[in-house]
Amino acid sequence: MNVFEFMITRRESLWHLTVEHFYLVFLAVLIAVIIGIIVGIIITYSYTASVFALTICQVLMTVPSMAMLGFLLPFFGIGFRTGMIALVLYSLLPIVRNTYTGIREIPNSILESAYGMGMTPWHVLLRIQVPLALPVIMAGIRTATVMVIGIAAIASYIGAGGLGELIFHGISRTQPYRILAGAILISIMAVMADLILGWVEERLMVR
Amino acid sequence: MIKLENVTKIFPGSEIPAVDNLNMEINEGEVCVLVGPSGCGKTTTMKMINRIFEPTEGKIYVNGEDISKINPIKLRLGIGYVIQEIGLFPHLNIAENVATVPRELKWPANKINQRVDELLTVVGLDPKLHRNRKPSGLSGGQRQRVGVARAMAADPPIMLMDEPFGAVDPITRARLQNEFLRLQEQLKKTIVFVTHDIDEAIKMGDRIAAMREGKLVQYSDPNELLSSPADEFVANLVGRNRSIKRLHLIRAYEAVRSNVPFLEKGDSMESVREKIEDSELRAVLVVDDRQKLIGLVSADDIKKDRGAKVAGDLAQEIENYVTDDATLNDALSVMLNLGEGYVAVVDDGHKLKGTITLGDLLEVVKDDDARAAS
Ligand SMILES: Nc1ncnc2c1ncn2[C@@H]1O[C@H](COP(=O)(O)OP(=O)(O)OP(=O)(O)O)[C@@H](O)[C@H]1O
Ligand SMILES: [Mg+2]
Repeated sequence: MNVFEFMITRRESLWHLTVEHFYLVFLAVLIAVIIGIIVGIIITYSYTASVFALTICQVLMTVPSMAMLGFLLPFFGIGFRTGMIALVLYSLLPIVRNTYTGIREIPNSILESAYGMGMTPWHVLLRIQVPLALPVIMAGIRTATVMVIGIAAIASYIGAGGLGELIFHGISRTQPYRILAGAILISIMAVMADLILGWVEERLMVR
Repeated sequence: MIKLENVTKIFPGSEIPAVDNLNMEINEGEVCVLVGPSGCGKTTTMKMINRIFEPTEGKIYVNGEDISKINPIKLRLGIGYVIQEIGLFPHLNIAENVATVPRELKWPANKINQRVDELLTVVGLDPKLHRNRKPSGLSGGQRQRVGVARAMAADPPIMLMDEPFGAVDPITRARLQNEFLRLQEQLKKTIVFVTHDIDEAIKMGDRIAAMREGKLVQYSDPNELLSSPADEFVANLVGRNRSIKRLHLIRAYEAVRSNVPFLEKGDSMESVREKIEDSELRAVLVVDDRQKLIGLVSADDIKKDRGAKVAGDLAQEIENYVTDDATLNDALSVMLNLGEGYVAVVDDGHKLKGTITLGDLLEVVKDDDARAAS
């Protein structure tokens, strides 16, 4: 059987796995966006906190995904939840870091005129800092999404579901077309996410 | 209106005070210019007035109220603020930028819109054309105008302006200065104006505070600063051509000769010849039936064009004119640039007011020298 025959005959279950994979990534990135942007904003107010938070994220990133899953397994068990937590942790760094740098990069003159005219710190954050940092934050979200699409494949190993299942089944049953089908679909998803989010980023940058 | 009492500012980690025991009072409706070399503490002084910096020692009063007891946000909403880098918000359009303070004050949307259009017109930008543009699409001069409009948005009685016309070419700067002074004549705001350009200080200031290394060296009106500098430092700051600097202080409408002969465009050739014969310059200005300046007829023009029937046929457009709110220094630069011995003076409707000659300027300067010597 070649890979295309396989993909056509099994399109329904492949579609199912693709949706599952997408859902896993989407949910993980969504949670990471909410946590990451809030953390990224908070640490701009304190140098110590920023060093602390960015270092933790950096360390998390260097943990190999297998080791991370193995580490989380005893706490959260086999399945979707452990996979999800691992993916959220991986997406955090680019989002926290980009939120932080995006806000820190805003020229001082802009903030000074905002405060000097009597804007409240809350309004400065919502009307000036976040909108100006948005393209950079978006770039972080894009990096996180593309990265997590790949890592989610590995999370299938502990039963989180998604396209990774094809790959692991392919390996255990020595069916290369399964591995290939999984790899192709994951790549397509990654490329599409990259293009779409890149387009969004570009739109935000237009000033 | 604004009073500084023994104000000292020492930045953390620094030995020398950036502002050293400053005492000054700024009267209501006056432009007070802080001038001095780079690093002398002008910006620091200004930023203590809206509590961006807190003084290490001393007190500042606005309208008799100790500002350290006023909520900084409330204080700042009543003080227009223009910083040197302008600091427009790049992601917001011009209207949204100008609306910053009214929005903070929660004005209703239609009132904000109306005010934005009004202000853009005041600073010489067509609201229809510029409302929806982003700051990046504007020239340096236009950005400065938006910066000033934004500071004036909620009509604050006090304005702090840190080199507001610093980032533009000299010609645009002179125009912005003139427009600003014309506006200030009506609005009578209390203004603290920072510059390191002594010419600008003399032109803009009702009072000038000359600063050096955080200390106030002299605080007086421009005339006094020019005629009796307190010490060598101020004398150097003011420079050697003091009497020429006084040309900054006199406006064209104050010095214009209005009794010059002129022609209307319908005047006959006979009266053209007559007037040219009588004139010193062997040339006469021509206006239309509403007194607007059209140009100039010279003796040569008559010789060249024998077919002409009325003065209007012969008039040549001229460039050597200034508006009546220009300073004599502006008039002098126009003369020198165009190599003419005089300028025509028109009002903002381009109506002819008269002329100013190089001789008139020399008189002014000479009078001053005589006065200074006596
Ligand atoms: N935020 C700050 N922290 C520490 N030192 C400062 C700070 N702001 C200004 N200074 C110092 O205070 C002194 C006065 O600075 P200030 O900005 O008031 O000068 P200035 O007269 O406005 O000069 P310029 O014409 O260059 O703008 C300088 O020595 C400067 O280095
Ligand atoms: Mg300064």
